[in-house]
Amino acid sequence: MHIVVCIKQVPDTTNVRINPKTNTLEREGVESIINPFDTYAIEEGVRIRERLGEGKVTVLSMGPPQAEAALREAISLGADEAVLLCSRAFAGGDTWSTSLVLALAIKKLGPDLVLAGKQAIDGDTAQVGPGISYHLDWPQACYVSKIREIGKGQAVVESLLENGKEVLAVELPAVLTVVKEINEPRLPSLKGKMRAKKAVITTWNETDIGADPELVGLKGSPTTVARVFSPSRRGAGEMIKAESASEVARLVVAKIKELKIV
Amino acid sequence: MDYFFTEEQQMMVDTAREIAVKKIVPVRAKYDEEQQFPHDVFKAIADADLCGVYIPEEYGGCAGDTGIMNMCLVTEELSKACGGISLSFAGTALGTLPIMIAGSDEQKKRWLPGIATGTLAAFGITESDAGSDAGSMRTTATKDGDDYILNGSKLFITNGGEAEIYSVFAMTDKTKGARGASCFVLEKGMPGFTFGKKEDKMGIRASATRELVFQDCRVPAANRLGREGSGFMTAMKTFDNSRPGVGAQALGIAAGALDLAVDYARTRRQFGQPIIANQGLQWMLADMAMQVEAARALIYATARWIDSGASRPTMASAMSKCFASDVAMKVSIDAIQVFGGVGYTKEYPIEKYARDAKITQIYEGTNQIQRNEIALALIKEAARK
Repeated sequence: MHIVVCIKQVPDTTNVRINPKTNTLEREGVESIINPFDTYAIEEGVRIRERLGEGKVTVLSMGPPQAEAALREAISLGADEAVLLCSRAFAGGDTWSTSLVLALAIKKLGPDLVLAGKQAIDGDTAQVGPGISYHLDWPQACYVSKIREIGKGQAVVESLLENGKEVLAVELPAVLTVVKEINEPRLPSLKGKMRAKKAVITTWNETDIGADPELVGLKGSPTTVARVFSPSRRGAGEMIKAESASEVARLVVAKIKELKIV
Repeated sequence: MDYFFTEEQQMMVDTAREIAVKKIVPVRAKYDEEQQFPHDVFKAIADADLCGVYIPEEYGGCAGDTGIMNMCLVTEELSKACGGISLSFAGTALGTLPIMIAGSDEQKKRWLPGIATGTLAAFGITESDAGSDAGSMRTTATKDGDDYILNGSKLFITNGGEAEIYSVFAMTDKTKGARGASCFVLEKGMPGFTFGKKEDKMGIRASATRELVFQDCRVPAANRLGREGSGFMTAMKTFDNSRPGVGAQALGIAAGALDLAVDYARTRRQFGQPIIANQGLQWMLADMAMQVEAARALIYATARWIDSGASRPTMASAMSKCFASDVAMKVSIDAIQVFGGVGYTKEYPIEKYARDAKITQIYEGTNQIQRNEIALALIKEAARK
């Protein structure tokens, strides 16, 4: 079974701050990491390969040349091969054009299964996984917390819903996005790190995947980011205190009238 | 300071550090308190391929030509987090060295690949009446056809009861004294090989220290390492290689304690300022740092010398173990002083460092025995001039 795992290199947002003047992320000195949700996808891919005793795991990422570090780390965590989608034409893409680029590369790789984290911790859209499935016209299951069984042609998975779990049978090839409940990712091993150091990372551009330059990157993006800002801090609430409950009620009503809330 | 590790060594250090931070720090207090063996942590160490860092490639490891240095680096990193849990790894190395030193190619092929992938090993020489005086051991191995019959017991055995493979020393000829000892590899589950009392200890409580008992235990001659009577030499060569490892354990404890002391001194405020602003405390930390770095330099130099093929590194090995363990004791006690009252409580991890440090001055030869070795080497050297 050939499994493609889509990963994204993101700033380690546990340490990131927003510059209040420019409203942009302060990227300087912030370490880049594999999107944490994607590490669960990598682990699940490796576990499926180990369980089946055959197959390979290819990690796929669209990003700048530095994203190669994330792909090498994925190899140290057990992935077999890595492909970096890197081109100026891809830059500035929104979730629509990004998922198109990934889908075209996946079509070329021809896997049986695509795994991704449920969302990235920088954009938090959770749209790229489903977008890939749309562009490929493959079935999708999102927020997968368990793969019950997987074999030729079909997978049975559990999806986390807001109020419970859903058990889905999906035909393969399919796109699954996973949540952190699915597994506990392993730590990189020494031999994995050595393999990662020596690994050859394949790099593809728009020509390699047969993408129309007009449909990818900023040009192919129907959405644009108008503005990024940190929400203004809300002050502490005002406590209304009085001698009796009826007096408190009177003050609250007066306040509501004053603020014209109702 | 930059000690110019190879790229592989830097990976070993980084891998061990990640395990120390993510897998050991969160559980060290629990294992210390409950005095349980950390099988889950050891599995993580094995899964990260660290068990093979001192085992040659042809036997499933990745030692390259820097096996002892690798072993020291990994031991140091793990010990920064817990000097007890790290002993699952370091104690296995001690039990493995006799096989690497005296084993035949066939014997190495039989046991080393398993150890490189996570089988625990142990080393058994000490007896109740044979501690520093290892030559007076009473455990016997009597030849019987193609086998030996072992009788006796071994005391204070690290990884005892938990390990699968044991390098055990026994007298094959009592009349010859030290020259009558031989080394055997025993496997857990052999009829007549059982485990006795598990010690309740001051420190390294996450490490199992247990008695090995042999009652008419039949061991095939194929399990004897080296020729009959070569056991004592095997033990001495083992210690030459393993003592920098004890030094590295002590070094890790000292370095870990120093890190905690510096962090605490920067955050603890008294008289309106962090206590690290006091020059008296700064000088204390400076002395601690100097001692740690000196221990590190001595251990690394010794380990590299051994890896280069040194024939008699006894003096340097003894110095590494003795110096680093004295440093660990001093630095960990001083670190408690930096913490003040809370450092004396189990709410904070620092008191454990001092409890764990103490054993490094005692085992694999007390520091008095190490000083004997160093002095003996000095005298020999002077006599040769």
